[in-house]
Amino acid sequence: MSIILDIQSLNISLSLPTGTLHAVRDVSFTIARGESLGIVGESGSGKSLTALAIMRLLPRGANVTATQLMFDDHDLPILSDEAFAKTIPGVRIGMIFQEPMTSLNPVYTIGRQMTEAAVAKGMLSAAAARKKAIDLLDRVGIPDPEARLDQFPHQMSGGQRQRVMIAMTLMLDPDLLIADEPTTALDVTVQAQILDLLDDLRRERQMGMILISHDLAVVAERSDKVAVMYGGEVIEQGSSNEVLRAPAHPYTQSLLQAIPHLGGSPGRLGSIPGTVPSLMRPPTGCIFAPRCSHSRPECFTARPPKRAHGGDHLATCVLEQPPTLHNHVEALLGSGAKDGAEDVLVAQNVTQVFYSRKGLFGPKREIRALDNVSLSLKRGETLAVIGESGSGKSTLARILLGLSVPTKGTVSMLGKEISTLSGTERASFVQPVFQDPYSSLNPRRRLSEIIARPLELRGEGDHASRTKAIEASMELVRLPKRLLHTYPSQLSGGQRQRVAIARALVTRPEALICDEPTSALDVSVQAQILNLLDDLRAEMGLTCLLITHDMAVVHQVADRVVVMYQGRIVEEGPAREVLANPQDDYTKRLLAAAPRFEPELEDAE
Amino acid sequence: MLRYIALRALLALLVAFTVSLAAFLLLNVAADPAQAIAGEDATQDVIDAIRARYGLDRPLAVRYFDWLGGVLHGDFGESYYWHQPVASLVWDRADETITLALSALTVTILIALPLGALAALNPNSWIDRFALGVAVSAQAVPNFWLGLIMIIVFGVTFPIFPVSGDDTWRHFVLPAFVLGASSVPAVMRLTRTGLIEVMSADYVRTARSKGFRGGALLRRHAMRNALLPVISVLAVQLGQKFGGSVITESIFAINGLGRLALESILGADIPTVQMLIFVFAIVFVTMNLIADILNAALDPRIRIG
Repeated sequence: MSIILDIQSLNISLSLPTGTLHAVRDVSFTIARGESLGIVGESGSGKSLTALAIMRLLPRGANVTATQLMFDDHDLPILSDEAFAKTIPGVRIGMIFQEPMTSLNPVYTIGRQMTEAAVAKGMLSAAAARKKAIDLLDRVGIPDPEARLDQFPHQMSGGQRQRVMIAMTLMLDPDLLIADEPTTALDVTVQAQILDLLDDLRRERQMGMILISHDLAVVAERSDKVAVMYGGEVIEQGSSNEVLRAPAHPYTQSLLQAIPHLGGSPGRLGSIPGTVPSLMRPPTGCIFAPRCSHSRPECFTARPPKRAHGGDHLATCVLEQPPTLHNHVEALLGSGAKDGAEDVLVAQNVTQVFYSRKGLFGPKREIRALDNVSLSLKRGETLAVIGESGSGKSTLARILLGLSVPTKGTVSMLGKEISTLSGTERASFVQPVFQDPYSSLNPRRRLSEIIARPLELRGEGDHASRTKAIEASMELVRLPKRLLHTYPSQLSGGQRQRVAIARALVTRPEALICDEPTSALDVSVQAQILNLLDDLRAEMGLTCLLITHDMAVVHQVADRVVVMYQGRIVEEGPAREVLANPQDDYTKRLLAAAPRFEPELEDAE
Repeated sequence: MLRYIALRALLALLVAFTVSLAAFLLLNVAADPAQAIAGEDATQDVIDAIRARYGLDRPLAVRYFDWLGGVLHGDFGESYYWHQPVASLVWDRADETITLALSALTVTILIALPLGALAALNPNSWIDRFALGVAVSAQAVPNFWLGLIMIIVFGVTFPIFPVSGDDTWRHFVLPAFVLGASSVPAVMRLTRTGLIEVMSADYVRTARSKGFRGGALLRRHAMRNALLPVISVLAVQLGQKFGGSVITESIFAINGLGRLALESILGADIPTVQMLIFVFAIVFVTMNLIADILNAALDPRIRIG
């Protein structure tokens, strides 16, 4: 196979007001024609910047150097911006982005956006481009492609827009396709279809492909080779099989142990202590050393060597032999509801109907967000509500919290109907934890104020008792006392989500409602939060309604699961049974679509 | 689309009549028109006679509907001051003001759009700072003061342009510049922020990944999106030019609607003031209507929604 992209020692630094950020350091990899490379890493690892650097799409003030940056027979650094723009982006290297909702221009038709580059570059006539666009839309699975050409992006769903994006990049027949988190914003079932499509197209056209993802499972399934990035460096790379089944770098190992797996019995997740290092100065030793459980003194003083572990499997680590993976999985601490536990939260025949009008005088349309939903949450159990976007799960959460009143049906807390309770009474029964800890905490308040707020609103206790309650709840979520007077902006994502949970627990509510509590977080941070939920189950018998779209999370923490589809509950039962032996077609589809890989750690030993 | 336009036009007309009602009430509450016409030293008999002659002794509601009925027939009444039909008085003077307003808007566009775009494409450069300086100065300087400075510099010290009258296009250069300058800050800053936002939008990144750079990128993927809010503001600004012409026309002795408004207010010539307010209101809502229609034509999300 001929090498199409050859990158050696790529460095990217960004000039910030506070100094220089050494965002990507000494990154090297090659891709052959028809080969796919997965780049995996948590946020801030430099994976997207690497892709943007290849396309010269980096923001102003970014400085790129490399000893080698060859695409086919073009030496990229010597091309002027003008020559580069004419010959490389679009024509030879196509790129698909994460956000299908915003990556297409809202004011132009699909057809114009698809055909413009080919026509402007003189590669096709307008008529020929239109015909090709129709063929490609058909190929990527858009029904009635001819009519679609005259539509605008907002008339399509997210999955369809991502298909259009893919078709658009194929208009110029690129030799290399870079897909930057192409399915992160999409539902699981749509994600599987898009990834399959990309895979088929790559084989069909013998394109090289770079698949960037934070999701190891996505990469494991679809790539020939994988590069694991951490703190701006590729710390391990090699064939997907080797890297994911016999990881040589301690970071890759920890990352693999932090992922909840479907299959097998759930256990405690491995978490990585500490936080991602600052990249404001280049590291003198190993970038991972401060968080590594195998670190030695020399790890902090000298750069680690790149060691081969058979073939082209490289790891940047001083260890000659990869540390043995301890295969032993610790059992979960928490247990579900005891027999005969009372119902804490009960929803009966809840229906929520929304009305919308087209225009000022258009006909009224009825949207049934929830259709006759009944469920009960027992003391001490974790009940997962799983469904894709639009299934009504967040509407249900709002109703259970008493934040909105359903069209029909009743919600009761410990036997009292919710409509008879005052706001503060409701709040003492049930508390929410939201998805995005970056926007759900008031940035102008200190942690102590944020956590104390529910007590203050209820006028409960004096200063001393409040301080005690704050400290107790910070201890529950493993937040050190020294953070008491910091602001949310000074915390990491995982710490912020702990604050949100501490705030929810400070009034000792009967139940928590967690709406996608980990889906905005990186894998290693998700592991910390899922472990924390397990701790809380063991220590205080936490009663929790967990809303999620992720089957693996359900498997990890839920006792029971409710599957929602288009506002209805289609399946309900003990989590293990439902996951092992789904009855409903939709549950089966969800499970089949969930990306999975079993690293079979036993083989590595 | 047609339905949308019809609906918006209906709303616009409603707004215009509401304004006329408000203006009518305010005019008649603020001063006694009969007293104003008669003059300060007039006796009560004279005032009463005038009141009876112009029908000012009737209740307000009757007089408003009387006026409204006339308007619907194209009759705006007769001027108390010039003693001729208000409508012909206004139409005679309209073309000066239209010329002034349009040329002022042209000045605004010619200065604000390129400056805003250049500033957006080179943020924090010397051109950005220069544009900011222009915006701040234009914002801070009052219209009449700038007018007087222009007269001193380009009329007296360097007599390049005439400073009084409305006979040739040369007469309109200075007033158009003065009137146009007042809108530069708002339009320029909106262009700048709009374009900066659009240039960092995901769809512009997509266009760049297809190989579009520089001018082609701007033309194909940034301009239309960035101009959407600017169009709305330009429409409002054009409406304000008609209102703003009162001061500028007085300074440069242009015999347009602005001066007519000033004179008829001073002369308590209620029918003329009433029609001028109605005309200004119509112009204002029409401009907004045109902006809405343009926006709908350029942005499919509005068209269908």
